[in-house]
Amino acid sequence: MAENEKIIEIEVLRYRPEQDKEPVLQTYKVPFTDDMSVLQGLQYIKDYLDGTVSFRWSCRMAICGSCGMMIDGKPKLSCKTFLRDYYPGGLRVEALAHLPIERDLVVDATDFVTKLESIKPYIIPKEPRALEQGEYLQTPQQRDMYEQFSSCINCMLCYAACPQYGLNPKFTGPGILALMHRYNADSRDGGQAERNELGYADEGYWGCTAVGYCSEVCPKGVDPANAINQNKMNSAINYFTRFVTPGGAGK
Amino acid sequence: MSNRRPYVRSMDGWWKRDPYFIRYMAREVTAVFVALYAIVLLFGLVRLGQGEAAFNGWLQYLKTPWMLVFHLIVLAVFCYHTWSWFNIMPKTMPIIFMGGKRLQPGTITGTGLAASVVACLAVLFIVRGMS
Ligand code: SF4
Ligand code: FES
Repeated sequence: MAENEKIIEIEVLRYRPEQDKEPVLQTYKVPFTDDMSVLQGLQYIKDYLDGTVSFRWSCRMAICGSCGMMIDGKPKLSCKTFLRDYYPGGLRVEALAHLPIERDLVVDATDFVTKLESIKPYIIPKEPRALEQGEYLQTPQQRDMYEQFSSCINCMLCYAACPQYGLNPKFTGPGILALMHRYNADSRDGGQAERNELGYADEGYWGCTAVGYCSEVCPKGVDPANAINQNKMNSAINYFTRFVTPGGAGK
Repeated sequence: MSNRRPYVRSMDGWWKRDPYFIRYMAREVTAVFVALYAIVLLFGLVRLGQGEAAFNGWLQYLKTPWMLVFHLIVLAVFCYHTWSWFNIMPKTMPIIFMGGKRLQPGTITGTGLAASVVACLAVLFIVRGMS
């Protein structure tokens, strides 16, 4: 490493289910350079100081969504956050808030993945179309209606930012609801009625109280709070008209 | 047998964990003051129904020092209320295009705030004209 090497203290919230009754903090002194991310700091710990520290990562370039953790209390991608910004004070890393800790910085993502599957995150074509009929056409403006919501990388930072999810894990939550909106808002899609059943439920859009922190922490500018709250109006209209319109979706 | 023992952390005192949550809670609390003030105004309406003397009594009561202090507090709270709700308003609106360009959140918030300032000035103006 370069000679202008500095040392930073990284506090890691450890949890080893076979030995720890509850999570405990452990501090490591890590030499670092200005171009090192928090993820690289953890990799240094694992390679040179303590091989038992567990954490997830893959792309180390903010696209796979696996390295999310609380860094000094804020949900962040550790590969996109730099150690130099915490020097000389040091930093604390913890598993993503509101999610069960599996081990150290690794959370249990079962709930997220189950919900992800449940909302049918794929285009359900409006009308069947034969191959000879060619592709589905879309104007740039039609694309703009869903494009930002399609940028989600499933990092779950928004779940760690959402107190409503922390208080009631039944709430579908920001990222998944944003993805639901992404498909519903696609001009080629005709699956709204199927998805609205979940969206209009108590655990759907209405579980959100517009805290707005999800949109603040999202590393991809998805703005889940917007995806959710713009649907409340339609949901309310549906609620009052479902008695008069046959087949009105939702509960 | 699995050695899994996922640990669920407590949510106790969650709103103190992040300044963002404190601001959110402050926004929610302002709604209580709005309800409180609605009661004050409703009371005025009841007094109005009871005749001129009763209504003037209510007006006099509003001018007592305690009520003036209350009004100052409520004014400050309402300013925060207005700002915080218009701040979140862009999140509640669908994506809007105007002249081929996407309407920016700042424009929505700014328009809302401007509208509330204009409405306040209009009310002040009307009341001044009447007295
Ligand atoms: S909406 Fe944003 S914060 Fe939430 S999972 Fe997707 S990319 Fe991550
Ligand atoms: S390692 Fe892939 S997002 Fe950070």
